[in-house]
Amino acid sequence: MKKNSNNCSNSRSNNNNNNSNNTSSNGNPHPAKQFYGFASLRWWLLAVSVVWVLNSILPDLMGPYYFQILVLAGINVILAVSLNLVNGFTGQFSMGHAGFMSVGGYISAYITTQLVVSHPGLMNDAFLGTAVFVASLLLGGLGATCAGYFVGLPSLRLRGDYLAIVTLGFGEIIRVVFLNTEAVGGARGLSGIMQFSSFGWVFTFAIFTVFTVWRVVHSAQGRILLSIREDEIAATAMGVNTTQGKVRAFAMGAFFAGIAGGLFAHYLTIMSPGTFDFNRSFEIIIMVVLGGMGSISGSVVAAILLTTLKEALRPLQQITGVDLRMVIYALVLIAMMLARPSGIFGTREIGEIIRGWRVSKASKDANDSKSSSASKGGVA
Amino acid sequence: MAEFFQYVINGLSQGGTYALVALGYTMVFGILQLINFAHGEVYMLGAFTGLYTLRFFGARIVEFYSFVLHVGADQTSTAAAVMTAITVILISMVTCALVGYFVERLAYRPLRTSPRINLLITAVGVSLFFQYSGQLIFGSSPQPYPDLFENLESWTFGADENLLVINPLQVFVFATAITLMLILRHVIFHTRLGRAMRAVSFNHELASLMGIPTNRIITATFMIGSSLAGAAGVMVGMTYPKVEPLMGSLPGLKAFCAAVLGGIGNVTGAVLGSFILGLAEAFLSGYGAPTYKDALAFAILILILLVKPSGLLGVHRTEKV
Repeated sequence: MKKNSNNCSNSRSNNNNNNSNNTSSNGNPHPAKQFYGFASLRWWLLAVSVVWVLNSILPDLMGPYYFQILVLAGINVILAVSLNLVNGFTGQFSMGHAGFMSVGGYISAYITTQLVVSHPGLMNDAFLGTAVFVASLLLGGLGATCAGYFVGLPSLRLRGDYLAIVTLGFGEIIRVVFLNTEAVGGARGLSGIMQFSSFGWVFTFAIFTVFTVWRVVHSAQGRILLSIREDEIAATAMGVNTTQGKVRAFAMGAFFAGIAGGLFAHYLTIMSPGTFDFNRSFEIIIMVVLGGMGSISGSVVAAILLTTLKEALRPLQQITGVDLRMVIYALVLIAMMLARPSGIFGTREIGEIIRGWRVSKASKDANDSKSSSASKGGVA
Repeated sequence: MAEFFQYVINGLSQGGTYALVALGYTMVFGILQLINFAHGEVYMLGAFTGLYTLRFFGARIVEFYSFVLHVGADQTSTAAAVMTAITVILISMVTCALVGYFVERLAYRPLRTSPRINLLITAVGVSLFFQYSGQLIFGSSPQPYPDLFENLESWTFGADENLLVINPLQVFVFATAITLMLILRHVIFHTRLGRAMRAVSFNHELASLMGIPTNRIITATFMIGSSLAGAAGVMVGMTYPKVEPLMGSLPGLKAFCAAVLGGIGNVTGAVLGSFILGLAEAFLSGYGAPTYKDALAFAILILILLVKPSGLLGVHRTEKV
């Protein structure tokens, strides 16, 4: 835990670091906070290697159509998890995620398309081309981070609804700027992008995103973010630099959105400004809300679920000629807010929920045999 | 010089419709602190109500007014056209008031006590629902609006270089918008309902302690705001003779920006902000870069929130813990 937080925060937040360590040891011994099974790097490296093994097997196994759905689901996982960092964990309602995505996408796509023209040999080389692709993704992510930083700045002064509409406005401004930039094709969009994004790369970055967000949220930095979400005024009073926390959350969320944009661009091989309007942002928000604001595994599950649903409804869309899934999304969203506003998982993770079942099942079993041990299990 | 006046006229006519939408936003925000994202969709529904009323009953309404006003039934007179337009606007206003009633009753009222973020998400959901079920019902392609004023010629002033064209429709839109705003002003400041609305927006709980039926007042606010949006929808449909189910989202957001510019919760401010936005857009597309028009409203919004978050006419309220 200690090592963890030092990794993620700089020296300035040492103070908070101590604070949060105190709170974690003294108060709230909730079983949720003791669940560190996913926190080890080994687990994640294993997952990445599994992804690369699957990368060579799956295309033949699944066929190109289902494989494509899987890749798009992976991109949506990155988007939803990174937005969850801002919306779910920090409690700042951002509605401009598609804007950051487009920044990252356009930057990385511009780099690779320019290099294809000037250095075709370099880009066609299997190893170097991929290296340039990954570098362009990271640059795109950095560009989006800068955009996120500038969007984060007004969030210093704004809360709730205002912030939502400002981020939405920023997203629209970014779109209009790309619409008017001839270097990236203007309204026609950017085409002829090489298809670098594979299942392997998309899911490597998805795992990287989930891992980073997970570690951040469970670090001292994460506690700063959570304190901002729970009560900003109380957090300020406790000496938490809420401004810094918010801007960092924005920048980090934007970074991963930028990477997702780059992967998206190098998968579809075309970029057009129209793809990144506010309906795209809404789509990501729906994933976050549906999965549960503050639940990483919730976002992952919701992203995969909604991407699959979109494809499952495609036959219906051909009959009606309308994007029917948006009607369903909207109804689900409203029903969700009325019936279960916390989303599928709430702020819990999937591991905790499974453990919760086990605990309740154990307590039930215990209940049948002995009544004294039942209460113990029920409390835990 | 005539060019300048031309932009002013276009801007004022555009600003008038923004103002009608912005009024609904600002009233709902003032009373519930909610950005009613569905408001732009109510405006779209207003436009479609007007479209279908005109398509199915337009001829009969014109005939009726021609008969009442003693003009020949074979040719559409100005008076009959204006009366028809007003009738259609009224029908659309009533329909949109009902839509506003049901939206508030079914989607927002159950969430009255829940966190504001949930209300915001619901508002987004309602907005998406109307956009896409609108596509399902009305079809996604733009539909032409029947032209009521086709017999009327535009008024022109000056000659070639300094030609100034005033479309009578623009005058009609502007006049109707101003009339509706004056009526709204009267309702808010000189009636019992208006006083109750102001009280509820000032302090929810205190108002209910004073015996004001807050829920009913909030519903009434929604209905009034929605009816104004409906009127704006019909007038925009008449001016830009195409309507489509997605037409509401961008003007809706722009109108919200205008409301923030003027000071959210402030009725006069919303009108002022809308006219500023309308004029600014007209000048930007006239003199500079028309393609940047859609970003202007948001740029103004960000600027005003950074410089003066309470808006031009707004009062800064300190947040109490």
